[in-house]
Amino acid sequence: MEEQRLIVTASPHIRDNSTTRGLMGNVIIALVPSIVAAAFIFGMRSLLVVGVTVAACVGFEYLYTLLLKKPNPVGDLSAVVTGIILALNVPVNMPLWICVVGAFIAIVIVKQLFGGIGYNFANPALIGRIALFVGFATRMTDYVYPDMAVDALATATPLAVDAGGVSLLDMFLGLHGGMMGEVCALAILLGLAYLLATRTIGFAIPGSIVITMFVLTFAATRDLHATLVELMAGGLLFGAVFMATDYVTSPFTTGGKVIYGIFIGLMTFLIRNFGSMNEGMSFAILLGNLLTPWFNDWSHQIPLGRTKQKKAKKEKAAAASAGKGGAA
Amino acid sequence: MLKGLKRSAKGARVPHEKATAGMATVKMPVPQHVVIPMQMHIGAPAQPVVKKGDTVMVGTLIGQAGGFISADIHSSVSGTVLDVAPMRMVNGTVCKAVAIKADGHQTLDPACTPPVVTDKDSLLVAIRACGLVGLGGAGFPTAVKLAANTIDTLVINAAECEPYLTTDTREMLECSDTILSGIDAVMKYCDIPNCIIGIERNKPECIDLMFSLTRDMPGVSVKPLPMRYPQGAEKTLIETCTGREVPQTAPNGKGGIPADCGCVVMNVTSVSTLGKYLKTGIPLVTKRITVDGDAIAKPGNLEAPIGALYRDVIEACGGIKPDVELGKIIFGGPMMGGAAPSADFPVLKQNNGLLLLSRKAAALPEAEPCIRCGRCIQACPMGLEPVVIAENFKNRDFDALQARCIDLCVACGSCTYVCPAKRPVSQTMALAKAWYLKEKNGKAGK
Repeated sequence: MEEQRLIVTASPHIRDNSTTRGLMGNVIIALVPSIVAAAFIFGMRSLLVVGVTVAACVGFEYLYTLLLKKPNPVGDLSAVVTGIILALNVPVNMPLWICVVGAFIAIVIVKQLFGGIGYNFANPALIGRIALFVGFATRMTDYVYPDMAVDALATATPLAVDAGGVSLLDMFLGLHGGMMGEVCALAILLGLAYLLATRTIGFAIPGSIVITMFVLTFAATRDLHATLVELMAGGLLFGAVFMATDYVTSPFTTGGKVIYGIFIGLMTFLIRNFGSMNEGMSFAILLGNLLTPWFNDWSHQIPLGRTKQKKAKKEKAAAASAGKGGAA
Repeated sequence: MLKGLKRSAKGARVPHEKATAGMATVKMPVPQHVVIPMQMHIGAPAQPVVKKGDTVMVGTLIGQAGGFISADIHSSVSGTVLDVAPMRMVNGTVCKAVAIKADGHQTLDPACTPPVVTDKDSLLVAIRACGLVGLGGAGFPTAVKLAANTIDTLVINAAECEPYLTTDTREMLECSDTILSGIDAVMKYCDIPNCIIGIERNKPECIDLMFSLTRDMPGVSVKPLPMRYPQGAEKTLIETCTGREVPQTAPNGKGGIPADCGCVVMNVTSVSTLGKYLKTGIPLVTKRITVDGDAIAKPGNLEAPIGALYRDVIEACGGIKPDVELGKIIFGGPMMGGAAPSADFPVLKQNNGLLLLSRKAAALPEAEPCIRCGRCIQACPMGLEPVVIAENFKNRDFDALQARCIDLCVACGSCTYVCPAKRPVSQTMALAKAWYLKEKNGKAGK
């Protein structure tokens, strides 16, 4: 026995096989149905947009860390996830250079300047989308409509037309105008099923967002058909499944996740119905991201057997008053 | 669902690896010499009562309990005392140890006679004379635990949630009679009306056996536990079995103990050892340990004399596989056990496993940046928030650590196990807890 070369480390001595790369890989797999659906609905150019955006994201991350002599984080695949999500958040006829600008904003400004993975204050792809939305508003709303889409949808995003004339099946399959990844509810739900099955994310965030939106919209319209169209239109489902669930910018505990989801659902409802925009999901998620530290503070778990600190406070107060008395 | 909002506390899905569960206990050949440390329990070290050159027999008292929270220590072999000297223990502390050269006859000390037990006091005296400590790993003197008067439920810990270890499984399959007689004695003399035997569901044969044997025992029930590490952690076990929560702070201001919620937890091997002692009068001098891992030639369950060196235990199990480079020696289970720097340390009362991992199996992945996924929070059996605590500790924020109840950390290692970024989460927790307690004591001192 070669004892002088034994490894001595603190316990535990085993680890499970989950890795950051594996979790990001799961998200990529869950995004595949949406990419395939986009290719079917909008044509092959959507693959080009996805490819260019992913390459730009990975490239920027690599160049940034190379320039600053930091360890190369490309292997954790998080830049790939950001790239796919960003690409699926633009219309298919988006000029490629604008996608590269979006990738720069997402990776360099939002992610790396704040310290890289784990330190970004908001979902990078989300900020990329919002920046493009604000900076290139006409191009971002220049939706392309699939040839198969019915006439009712030939005007604008379904959020802007009379919901009564929209076929639910078309909405579910994604035969309507919108961003590449948002339109096909079926593909998004397949992705969600995969994420839940692999325990990559829990049901708390997407569930509470969608349920809140459903309840509020149904209460407002009292029309099941219109409510379902509202849920499947715009970025609600895609945002709820892939963007609001970003680990770094969502709360830790189940309670916090539920509060966060309800907040995002509520804000989406308010922006869509009372704001000047048809699409409110991305801003709602951004607000949720920014408030996450507070949600974390409001939603701490109750440890097993915790004794309330009241007594200690009282004692402290008593000691303080005694101290005052002594000084007086 | 509602409970999940309060506290996720899902634990970790550790692998079971109970390959040795079907292997009957083999008696280890008597080693040439044993080294018996005077500190094999929580509390004051025992005082050696023998000196160099003394002749001892199996069961001879060699260490006298050094206080109320302490335990007697007996010789595990017959032979001559080689030396009584300080030694460095495997956990880094130094204590006195008695080295004994075995004569190989294993003559039993004639003083070992079954004790006369008539009431609680005489039972506690007998438990002290047996040198019994918590054999699940903590090594807390049993007599101290049972001395409390507020207990209405005896919880028997047969969860054996650590991977690899199968000593409690073998105890249940091989020594069920002494388990039952031990439970019976504790319930009868300590006046405890209820007993719950908690067994993790990955041991169906033990659950069946205990169900059938306890059917006619009033007040005794068997509780199958979910297959989640750490079911055998004292506070988790009490919550799963009785629904009660051990309070963080006892009414007297100290840390809460099971007796504060009317429970006492005994490991199944401890209670069985008590049963054996009441029957034979032979104190705690041998211990069953699981020897496993990918580097050992013949894994199995071994009944080793206390004080036998790891080296001899490995020898008794066929040694290290010839084509494997030994990477790590773990005493205890892989989740909470420690890594030994060499094979020259003795088996202690509370050891229940010796794992020999190859260099390949012992290699651990590199730590990456935290992605704030919150899996450590989901896993923590105590409902703590390791990622938040790590942040608070980085800021040395005493009040925040107090609000997050860092002192409740049981160091089970679940957080490190589940971390996808492979960060040493539980080490950070341990540092934070140590810093918090030091600050707290400093404040109390002022």
